[in-house]
Amino acid sequence: MTVQDSGYTFAYLDEATKRMIRRALLKAVAIPGYQVPFASREMPMPYGWGTGGVQLTAACLTPGDVLKVIDQGADDTTNAVSIRSFFARVAGIATTEATAEATIIQTRHRIPETPLTEDQILVFQVPIPEPLRFLEPRETETRRMHALADYGLMQVRLYEDIARHGAITRAYAYPVRVEGRYVMDPSPIPRFDNPKLDRSAALMLFGAGREQRIHALPPWTRVESLDFEDYPFEASRPDAPCALCGATDSYLDEVITDDAGGRMFVCSDTDHCAGRRAAGHRGASTETGA
Amino acid sequence: MYVATKGGERAIGNAHAWLAEERRGDPAVPDLTVAQIREQMALAVARVMAEGALHDPDLAALALKQARGDMIEAVFLIRAYRTTLPRLGASLPLETAAMACDRRISAIFKDLPGGQRLGPTFDYTHRLLDFALAAEAAPPPAPEAPATPGPVPHAAGILDREGVLQPEAGGEAVPPDLTRAPLELPAGRALRLQALARGDEGFLLALAYSSQRGYGRNHPFVGELRIGAVAVEVEIPELGFAVEIGEVTLTECETVNQFRGSATEPAQFTRGYGLVLGACERKAISMALVDRALRARELGEEDTGAPAQDEEFVLSHCDNVQASGFLEHIKLPHHVDFQAELELVRRLRAAAAGAQREAAE
Repeated sequence: MTVQDSGYTFAYLDEATKRMIRRALLKAVAIPGYQVPFASREMPMPYGWGTGGVQLTAACLTPGDVLKVIDQGADDTTNAVSIRSFFARVAGIATTEATAEATIIQTRHRIPETPLTEDQILVFQVPIPEPLRFLEPRETETRRMHALADYGLMQVRLYEDIARHGAITRAYAYPVRVEGRYVMDPSPIPRFDNPKLDRSAALMLFGAGREQRIHALPPWTRVESLDFEDYPFEASRPDAPCALCGATDSYLDEVITDDAGGRMFVCSDTDHCAGRRAAGHRGASTETGA
Repeated sequence: MYVATKGGERAIGNAHAWLAEERRGDPAVPDLTVAQIREQMALAVARVMAEGALHDPDLAALALKQARGDMIEAVFLIRAYRTTLPRLGASLPLETAAMACDRRISAIFKDLPGGQRLGPTFDYTHRLLDFALAAEAAPPPAPEAPATPGPVPHAAGILDREGVLQPEAGGEAVPPDLTRAPLELPAGRALRLQALARGDEGFLLALAYSSQRGYGRNHPFVGELRIGAVAVEVEIPELGFAVEIGEVTLTECETVNQFRGSATEPAQFTRGYGLVLGACERKAISMALVDRALRARELGEEDTGAPAQDEEFVLSHCDNVQASGFLEHIKLPHHVDFQAELELVRRLRAAAAGAQREAAE
């Protein structure tokens, strides 16, 4: 179906709405890590399922763009399939599963393993953009804390983790500080992905539809994961190679293979894994040609 | 095995096909028409319009049919459609005093100008299942009377004239629009009322009920409750005068609440206000109670920290499309985050076991 047939404006949103979102995006890029309120629209998918990311993608798409959509790192997870087919339908743009071929990548919970370039935009779906929300439920209060860079509460929280567990127990949505100013929630990516935020060549945009907030990291922005001198931040992954491609530096999904405790680890980034296998890399479960 | 854990295009397609079949039900039973839903499930249609924030009985009925009767799903369908519509302008303020009332009651006066009229209400029905209805019997015709001529003045106006009811400040010329600007807090009453008008009926009912039970109590009387059609007028710039473009059914509730007065003000009554698209008086009354509860600080009442008095709490959580979307998103795969947690828990446990071993040695 072509865009003309779909009965909607290019990329679904009307032009006035896209302009409103682009203005908020410009502000977000100008103040890295700051949460810009925007008049989020109702989208034809539920809140919490990527409406923020979808609106940013819609506002950024041009007819020549090539879109990739991933969820949990994979192109074939149901919600990624659903969002990709939505844009193929309402924007008529080309889609791809290859990270290197995409100009815009919308993601939920992962950053691709393949390093991104200056010609790419990474759009994150964000459930709760406020890193301080679980310390302070009131928006009026957290906005004040950001304005005053009053982040002591967050440091205390991380310290309490160490006092209690000997380590910072944030496995995902690990808070970062942007250009030494705003503390930002990087969306629920595993903390393994946090180092990829720092000085990223690609523009990174974060959209929270239900919470009506946009924040952004312009290319090459300094992004530090919060930590302490004696307890430095540590990006962690399961201590195993990918069973399919043998990668030892990618983030892994644990796949339960039987009900007797059998399991294997495979790359969460399906494009990365397929690319390595195509290049001849083999993991434990593929070495025998299985 | 690896492929089986991932979803896919075919799975989605098949799920949609199955859903369509389930929606239709037994094909031996005749298909429901949209007109049947619009006429015979009118209160469901009204609720979908109110919470969907779009007045279109046919589309609301279609949404109900498509949603298999799931209210919130139908509301969501209407919202998603509404968002694609351009906003061409604003009507003149609706004149509810000129409402053609089907129902109009006041609990604070035995009788009053304009009269008490029950209208088509469930209120005094005995809730006994009507088995004749199962046999599809047509009801006997209802007795008719000529319509009451003239406008029905608001009951609050009577108290107003006496000065015992606090006058309301005029609103802004152009009220804020929740659907065109992000909600910023504190919101102000006009925006609050807008949010409540499209808020979830169940949520508002529970909040209003909690205020009656003592969590932010405000002693409400139903000053007036009216349901009926109101003309919608729009100023056409080229013409220079207002033109009636149609009419909508509204439910309006005004509560009269005790106020003991303060050091600077003598005792007088205050109001809570509820206005809902379509016939939905449970929600209109709930809205009026919640509106009044949210005015606690403005009226210098003790802030007891009750949920119904907390603007940020109420406005952040009253929208059922937002709430159900976010609630249900936890059905989506979260295995990347879970994996990260799992790995962390395993490491912490290994560290703890190591520490125990060392202590034992």
